[in-house]
Amino acid sequence: MQANGRPTQSNGPSLLLCGLRKSFADVVAVDGLDLEVTRGECFGLLGPNGAGKTTTIEICEGLTAPDAGTVELLGLTWSTGENQLRQRIGIQLQETQFPDKLTVDETLCLFRSFFHHGISVEESIRTAQLEEKRHARVGTLSGGQKQRLAMACALVGDPELLFLDEPTTGLDPQARRHLWDLVDGLKQAGRTIILTTHYMDEAERLCDRVAIMDHGRIIALDSPEKLIASIGGEHIVEFAITDKNGSDGVVDPALLTAIAGVESHRVDAGVHQLSVRELHTTVPLIFASLSAHGLHLSEFRTHSATLEDVFVGLTGRNLRDE
Amino acid sequence: MSKLAMSSLFQLTIVRFRLFWREPEAIFWIFVFPILLAVGLGIAFRNRPADVLQVGATTAQLTHALAVDKGLAAATMSEAEGTHALATGTILLLAIQTPDGVSYKFDETNPDARTARMVADRAIQTASGRREAVHVQNQLVHETGSRYIDFLVPGLLGMNLMGSAIWGMGFSIVESRQKKLLKRLVASPMPRWQYLASYLLSRLSMLVIEVVGFLGFARLVFGVPFRGSLWQLGLLCVLTSLSFCSLGLLVASRATTMEAASGLMNLVMLPMWILSGIFFSATRFPAILQPVVRALPLTAAIDALRGNMLQGMNLGQQLIQMAILLTWLIVAFAIALRIFRWR
Repeated sequence: MQANGRPTQSNGPSLLLCGLRKSFADVVAVDGLDLEVTRGECFGLLGPNGAGKTTTIEICEGLTAPDAGTVELLGLTWSTGENQLRQRIGIQLQETQFPDKLTVDETLCLFRSFFHHGISVEESIRTAQLEEKRHARVGTLSGGQKQRLAMACALVGDPELLFLDEPTTGLDPQARRHLWDLVDGLKQAGRTIILTTHYMDEAERLCDRVAIMDHGRIIALDSPEKLIASIGGEHIVEFAITDKNGSDGVVDPALLTAIAGVESHRVDAGVHQLSVRELHTTVPLIFASLSAHGLHLSEFRTHSATLEDVFVGLTGRNLRDE
Repeated sequence: MSKLAMSSLFQLTIVRFRLFWREPEAIFWIFVFPILLAVGLGIAFRNRPADVLQVGATTAQLTHALAVDKGLAAATMSEAEGTHALATGTILLLAIQTPDGVSYKFDETNPDARTARMVADRAIQTASGRREAVHVQNQLVHETGSRYIDFLVPGLLGMNLMGSAIWGMGFSIVESRQKKLLKRLVASPMPRWQYLASYLLSRLSMLVIEVVGFLGFARLVFGVPFRGSLWQLGLLCVLTSLSFCSLGLLVASRATTMEAASGLMNLVMLPMWILSGIFFSATRFPAILQPVVRALPLTAAIDALRGNMLQGMNLGQQLIQMAILLTWLIVAFAIALRIFRWR
C-alpha cells in the first residue's frame, strides 16, 4: 500500500499549530500550544489523562474550534478547505462504536463511499488483517478487532495524514502489539501519522518524535531517544554489594560517579542505581572498580531508561498517577 | 461495485435498511402490532348478527311452526324435560300444547325471553292462519363505513405513521450520537444532508410496506371501504410520515442519552395518543380544548385519512389538514436543523 501521489498545496509541514488555546468552562484544556509536524513523520502526543491530548487532536481534526490560535494541515485551514481536508485525512476517534448489526464489510463500504479516491474495501480489510472477520457482525468482534476496524475506516480514503487517538487504550498486550505492527506498516508507506497515547512504551516504539504534554502545555519535545538521553544516560544499572565477610558492603558514591560514563547515582534500599550512557564500556569499569576495593556483587541488573523516567524527571509525578 | 452502490447516499440508506431489518422488535412494533391491535379491537367491537333464540315445544306440530321463523331454533321435548331445560337456561321459552290452545312458559324478567315470547307467538299465530292487518316491509342496515372498525382503521394508520416516524428517527439518531458514531461520521467527508436524507428515504420506502400491509389486511379481513382516491390516500400518508419524521428529528436533535430521548418522544406523542381521536372522535373533547386538539398534527392526519377513506373526500376538501401537517413539517425541520448536535 502506498500513500497516494495527489498533488499537495505545498511541501511545507503536514501540521502547523500556532498559539492554540481552548478552555471548557473554567478548565484550560490547551494552554498555548505551538507545534510543527513534518511530512512522513510519526508524531506522538504523550501525557497523562487530562493533559489536553484529545482536545488538541480534535482541534487538529476540525471537530473542536479553538478559542485562539491557528491550525494548518497540509497547507490548508479548516475554515477555507474543510471539504478538501476531509478527503485527505484519516481519523480514528476514541471510543467510536460502529453499529453492532452491520458486518465489517458493510461498515467499510459505507466509509469508503464518502471518499472520492481511496483504496478498495478488500485492501483495507487486508491491511487491518480482518480477512477472517469480513462477514462477521461488528458486535461479535473483540476489542482489538474493533480497533483495527476503526483503523481500516480511517484508511479507506488513502489519507496523507492520519490521526489516531489512543489507538490501543483498553487492549490486551497481544492486541496492542498487533496494532503497533499495523502502524509500522503505515509508517513505511510514507504517511504522516499523529497519535496520542498515555503509554510510554507505545510512544517509544512507534514515534519518530514525541511531545510530552502536561496541563495543556508541551513540556518536552524531541525524539524518544533524545528525550531519554536528556535525563543523562540511556541505561540504568542496579546492583547490591557485599564485603569480604559477606555483610553489606559500603562504597563511597564519589568512587562510583568518578567512573567514566556514569551520569548519576542514587541508593534506594541498599540497591545502587547508576544512570549510564553505554553499558558495554561502562559496566566493565564498574566491575573493575568494585573488585579493586574488595567488594563483591550480590545482585546486578540493567534496564533501559524510558519516557516514564523522563516524565518523572520533568514533573516529579508518574504518568500513571492521574 | 456499480456507481450507484458506490454513492454515499445509497450506502447510508442501505445501512438504515439493514439496521432496521436486523432489529426484530422494530419490525414487530411497526408492522405486526398495528394489525394485532386492529384485530383485537375489531373482534371486541364487532357487529354481531341477531342471536337465534333457543325455544322448546311439546308437540312436533308446534316445533314445526316455530322453526319457520329464522330467529328461532326449536326442539320437541316433554313438559318435564322442557321445564328442566328452562331452569338450566338451555331454552328461553317452552310452548306447551293445551286442549284449548298454547301456553308459553318463560321468565318474564329476561328480555331475551320476552323477545322469544313475541317471536314464538307470531310464528304460531301465522302458522294457524293469522293475517296481518297492515302490510309491512323491513329495510335492514348493514352498511360498511359506519361500523367501529371502519372508524378505527384510519385512526390506527395515523397512529402508526406517527410512531414509526418518531421512533424510527429518534432512537437511531440518538443511539448514533451516544455511541459517538455521529461524531465519527462528521469527521469523515460525508455530506451531512445525506445523513438526514437517508433517514427520509428509508422511511418512505418502509412506509409503502407498512401502509399497504396494514390497509390490505383491513380491506381483506374487515372489508374496510376506500371511498376516496388511492393516490390521494398515498399522498396523505407520505405527508403525514414526513411531518412526523421532521418532529422525530427535532426530538432527536439534542438528546445525548436514550433515556432522555425516550422521555421526550413520549412527551411529544402522549398528548396525541389521547387527544387526536385514534379510538374515538376528537370532537368529544370540550370546545375550549378544540383549538389545541385541531392544531395537533395527528388530529389533522387522522381527520384527513378518515375523510378520504370513509367520506371519499378529495385533497381540495382537506386543505386545512394538509396545511397543518405542512406547517409542522417545515417549522420542526427548520428548528431541528438549526439546533442539531452532531457530536
